[in-house]
Amino acid sequence: MTATLDRPVTENATVTDDVDRHPVRPSLQLVPSSRRSDVEATTSLTPEQIEELGRRLDAIRDRVLAERGESDAAYIRKVISSQRALEIGGRALLFAGVLPPAWIAGTAMLSIAKIMENMEIGHNVMHGQWDWMRDPKIHSSTWEWDNVSSSAEWKNSHNYMHHTYTNVVGKDRDVGYGILRLSEEQKWNPYYLGNPVYNFLLSLFFQWGVALHDLEVEKVVAGEKPLSRVWEQVKSIGRKAAKQFTKDYLVFPALAGPFFLPVLAGNLTANLVRNVWTHAVIFCGHFPTGAVQFSEEQLEGETRGQWYVRQMLGSANLDGGPLFHLMTGQLSFQIEHHLFPDLPSNRYSEVAPEVRELCREYGLEYTTGSLGKQYLQVLRTINRLALPNGTR
Amino acid sequence: MFRVAPLRPGRRLLAAATAMTTPLLPEDFLGLVDPLWSTTQLRGRVVSRRRETDRAVSVTIRPGAAWNGHRAGQYVRVGIDVDGVRYWRSYSLSCAQDAEHLTITVQAVPDGVVSQKLVRDLPIGTVVQLEQAAGDFVLPDAPAPLLMVTAGSGITPVMGMLRTLDATGAVPDVVVVHSAPSATDSIFAAELEAMAGRRDGLRVITRHTAERSSRNENGHRDGRLDLAELDDLVPDWREREAYVCGPSELLDAAREHWSQAPEQLHVERFTAPVRSVGGSGGRVEYGEKAVDVEPGTSLLEAGEAAGVLMPSGCRMGICFGCVLPLRDGQVRDLRTGDVHGEPGHLVQTCISGASGTARLDTP
Repeated sequence: MTATLDRPVTENATVTDDVDRHPVRPSLQLVPSSRRSDVEATTSLTPEQIEELGRRLDAIRDRVLAERGESDAAYIRKVISSQRALEIGGRALLFAGVLPPAWIAGTAMLSIAKIMENMEIGHNVMHGQWDWMRDPKIHSSTWEWDNVSSSAEWKNSHNYMHHTYTNVVGKDRDVGYGILRLSEEQKWNPYYLGNPVYNFLLSLFFQWGVALHDLEVEKVVAGEKPLSRVWEQVKSIGRKAAKQFTKDYLVFPALAGPFFLPVLAGNLTANLVRNVWTHAVIFCGHFPTGAVQFSEEQLEGETRGQWYVRQMLGSANLDGGPLFHLMTGQLSFQIEHHLFPDLPSNRYSEVAPEVRELCREYGLEYTTGSLGKQYLQVLRTINRLALPNGTR
Repeated sequence: MFRVAPLRPGRRLLAAATAMTTPLLPEDFLGLVDPLWSTTQLRGRVVSRRRETDRAVSVTIRPGAAWNGHRAGQYVRVGIDVDGVRYWRSYSLSCAQDAEHLTITVQAVPDGVVSQKLVRDLPIGTVVQLEQAAGDFVLPDAPAPLLMVTAGSGITPVMGMLRTLDATGAVPDVVVVHSAPSATDSIFAAELEAMAGRRDGLRVITRHTAERSSRNENGHRDGRLDLAELDDLVPDWREREAYVCGPSELLDAAREHWSQAPEQLHVERFTAPVRSVGGSGGRVEYGEKAVDVEPGTSLLEAGEAAGVLMPSGCRMGICFGCVLPLRDGQVRDLRTGDVHGEPGHLVQTCISGASGTARLDTP
């Protein structure tokens, strides 16, 4: 998938005698995984241009770092208190959940609260975006989220593996979550006939998908990871899940007494809504048409500038208004987030026009589209990759 | 077999409530109503401010219920957000021991991020972070004749002691020798004078170190105090428990002056956090292990090379998997060249180098 059908990419330097003419380091042969012949490299940046682009992106980052201050701190505190108020409100309304309007409103509020908690707050706090405030209550080293994946495991697989090796097939475990076939580079086998079904199930149980993909089961099979480590992780997930499930499916329903079932149903629905929504947003961040995937060889000796280019080409944005961006945890600015993963999320919308302008100037595609359009593309790719390469 | 410690009813309630709030704590929700209701972080709310001099204010703070009180002369660590960033500083308590609220008196230091904020711009109602009072610069258990030698804002813990003694009505034989640059810059000048007029046991000698005249309006000599003058000013100084608080030169001089009777001397030292003097490279302590870090080498690489068990991740400043708390000193951001750091700040070791001496806590 993610064939760059019409996107300009750096020169496909598979032709070895091209090196002099296009001195792009082999490490940045952005070979799109599609083998379509119309993917003619339309842009070729020289190493100097790539490093210049890197310096200009650094300058944007430095400027935001210099401005970061009280208003940013006020933003995250306001988001956190709004989220908590929403959660209290949603759970309170659900106690009156025998009345359909109360059930609907309560479930909606709780769903929104859970989405905010995972995305705009949890994801971004655990990225260290707010560590600069030195508030131990809003800090990557202390934050724990409402998810079955523990923050420690998730920080390793996400902050380190995914953000360092973004869209590198075989390294970035977000490519397919160890369940799906999302790249033509992944060898096909009959198991993948179920690709669309797996994706649907992953969407419903996304928090479990995230937690289980931290286990890296395939590494155990390959003998690269001891089983004891997996057992430790399984226990950690079990403990975490037990707490979250006790709260949502036992304590709150029980507190509602005779209204046990409406509360249980509301909580279950809120978790499902959260799962489906986060799955959609996250898959649209890296796998719609336009986002490029890379191979491990391309990482060798990668420079800062090359890293930036890989982050830009491997990510895709979503269009929408401020409320939509809030609900995606600003991952609708996936490109900006991947360039500057530790900048406060409220700043992504501000730097986005500049990043977009840089992309235009350097002839790099800035992939963006509506959630509906992008998600359809993702689904289409998932369906296509259920079959071996080359079959339609 | 293992035994479960019996839970107090309060704890049991808290544990039950946590089942409803996990992964957060009940206080994270209660804090929406009042941030002072916290069991993990002592906090306080600024209830009043009083200007003492042009560059000093007293700030009165109502502490949360977990505040254990203090002994006169102790200090408290206060965490204040300036431009969204939390800074911690220690300030002596200037209020009496049994005061309802706690009061710190702060003198603005030029370029002092926190003291400037406290003195110039700290609105009533601001919530600040607190720790329990600490320090052994406290009054002796048994009444004894006392000598207080203070300079500048060094008067603050002594003021706490004097107010405590004054409140009990039993002021023993106390001599205060206080130095300040000028009369207008002398914190608590009027109150000290009034107290000395009211309490027979109290004698206050003030020195204005920046004044030219040889005698000030109280009939005392001006200019910088030389401790040798104590023979004249307080002939029986050797028989007194001595409390000295002020700049480090004064404390060093006092140590020397009392070298024959060090047990009689009590000092309170407020050292500014160690600042980098600039430059790259330096000696960094990783826990117990000291390592010379070359300019341009990251703290992570240098630590690993020296055999320190360093946490690590992406090694490019993205994942925050390598952070270690800074105890002391500052570090250089190898990407930007910025020198930064405050005690307690978590440092990304993979993109930070040394800039002078620093100390990191290791896991």
